[in-house]
Amino acid sequence: MEEYTFLRQFADSWMLMFLFAFFIGVIFWAFRPGSGKQYEETASIPFRYEDKPAPSREHDK
Amino acid sequence: MANYYKLIVMGLITLLAMIAANYGRDVAYQAQAVVVMLFAAVAFIITLRNTDEPVPVSVREQSYFDDVVRYGVIATAFWGVVGFLMGTFIAFQLAFPELNFAWADGLANFGRLRPLHTSAVIFAFGGNALIATSFYVVQRTSAARLWGGNLAMWVFWGYQLVILTAAIGYLFGATQSKEYAEPEWTTDWLLTVVWLSYLAVFLGTIIRRKEKHIYVANWFYLSFIVTVAMLHVFNNISIPVSLLGSKSVQVFAGVQDAMTQWWYGHNAVGFFLTAGFLGMMYYFIPKQAERPVFSYKLSIIHFWALIFIYIWAGPHHLHYTALPDWASTLGMAFSIVLWMPSWGGMINGLMTLSGAWDKLRTDPILRMLVISVGFYGMSTFEGPMMSIRAVNSLSHYTDWTIGHVHSGALGWNGMITFGALYFLVPRLWNRERLYSLSAVSWHFWLATIGIVLYAAAMWVTGIMEGLMWREVDANGFLVNSFADTVAAKFPMYVVRGMGGVMYLAGALIMCWNLWMTVKRSPAIQSAPVAQPAE
Repeated sequence: MEEYTFLRQFADSWMLMFLFAFFIGVIFWAFRPGSGKQYEETASIPFRYEDKPAPSREHDK
Repeated sequence: MANYYKLIVMGLITLLAMIAANYGRDVAYQAQAVVVMLFAAVAFIITLRNTDEPVPVSVREQSYFDDVVRYGVIATAFWGVVGFLMGTFIAFQLAFPELNFAWADGLANFGRLRPLHTSAVIFAFGGNALIATSFYVVQRTSAARLWGGNLAMWVFWGYQLVILTAAIGYLFGATQSKEYAEPEWTTDWLLTVVWLSYLAVFLGTIIRRKEKHIYVANWFYLSFIVTVAMLHVFNNISIPVSLLGSKSVQVFAGVQDAMTQWWYGHNAVGFFLTAGFLGMMYYFIPKQAERPVFSYKLSIIHFWALIFIYIWAGPHHLHYTALPDWASTLGMAFSIVLWMPSWGGMINGLMTLSGAWDKLRTDPILRMLVISVGFYGMSTFEGPMMSIRAVNSLSHYTDWTIGHVHSGALGWNGMITFGALYFLVPRLWNRERLYSLSAVSWHFWLATIGIVLYAAAMWVTGIMEGLMWREVDANGFLVNSFADTVAAKFPMYVVRGMGGVMYLAGALIMCWNLWMTVKRSPAIQSAPVAQPAE
């Protein structure tokens, strides 16, 4: 089979299916049970370390 | 020790650039070599003066690297004014051709200045805004200092060098005539190095993050950096004719070259001017509204939908060309589907204000950020509509396209950048507040009315010229000559120029306001210690 035809058929079938499944998977992932609580925490990231970085782990001890 | 290697490299670059300036085959190449030589020589001297000086490591690790952000903010404001000035001037060149002065022919005529304007606003103004804000945002949302020490400074100065060499190339005519990718191989190679360093700094900071999750703004910034690297390399695959001259030959030819160019061109819009600026939206709107983003779930779907769909939209630039029909239909279909994630993102940005809409009355910075999202929604509706083949047959090659681009660029990219600059300057220079809020309001209204004048003039003139081009008489002959359309467009061209003047005036007011903020606004006092009442 010619390279172009092969790539074309691959793109039309398996790759298309993979990308589509991945995308649907992302939507289900975003709405998975328990995601709301975690996203609330993630969405508040900009309000935490305005002035300086989080102390490094050695400092915590 | 690393400084010794840096000195060797800088010295060698200075020497090689001198040789290149001497033996260069064309003026553009020689002028670029001189600029590279000066940059390398100055970097050599600065490195030399700092060699073997002690660096307080503990202080550095416990603070954010904001010097590079401050430089970026200044560069953004500077290049913004330069780009708007260029744009306003060439707008008047179109209305009054006498402004193509005979004495400056071959340097400052419309054809030379036009890429200077587009690159100045997109890559110099927009690019510096993206680099500065991404460095600011990635540190705050990762709770970590920028990775790579002074590599971020190299990214900043290397990028300015790219801008200067590109501009020199345009003025002296060394371009490869690909829209928005005009620079020849010399600048392309330099940008590749700078961009990979940028990716390293950004990714390194994300890897070093102290937060468990990667905030959504960083996803958008990262997709912008990665995709632009890919687009830039593939669209600039060319073989230099000589290592001592600007000229290079494209490897792709014909319709493959056209498709690669518009795959690049549209994704420059999609990832440079959209994904990157959405990163700004997802940080600065929540910060200025003082509430988290409306729906984090929506932001995740927004991200994946946007990057999965945008990458296919390029062929809509090539309707009715040698491109196969299936490819142009594919591009059209994906452009229309793209409307959904775009509006999903717009809704997410706007609804972040739910419960805080009253702030729009008192906070002109928030107003600026919100109107930019409004313009984003408007131009992402207009774009899919124009990508439909039947609409495109009317709009393509007319000024409607220019109007569409500018409602997106001036409205969305410009306004959100102004909002970010107003947000950043008091924080970066440790000031309590901006010098003047009424000046921000003036800027807001000047810019908004300027955009309305611009877009309305271009809609009218674009549709008019599209209709004039296709008008035929009873015998099937064309009614209008090309010169007829040019004459009919004159009043709209003047209105467009006036819109540009207003937009530029707003930007100048902003520069004055930011300057006065740094010079005159009261500094933040160190936190007072609470004392019990006696």
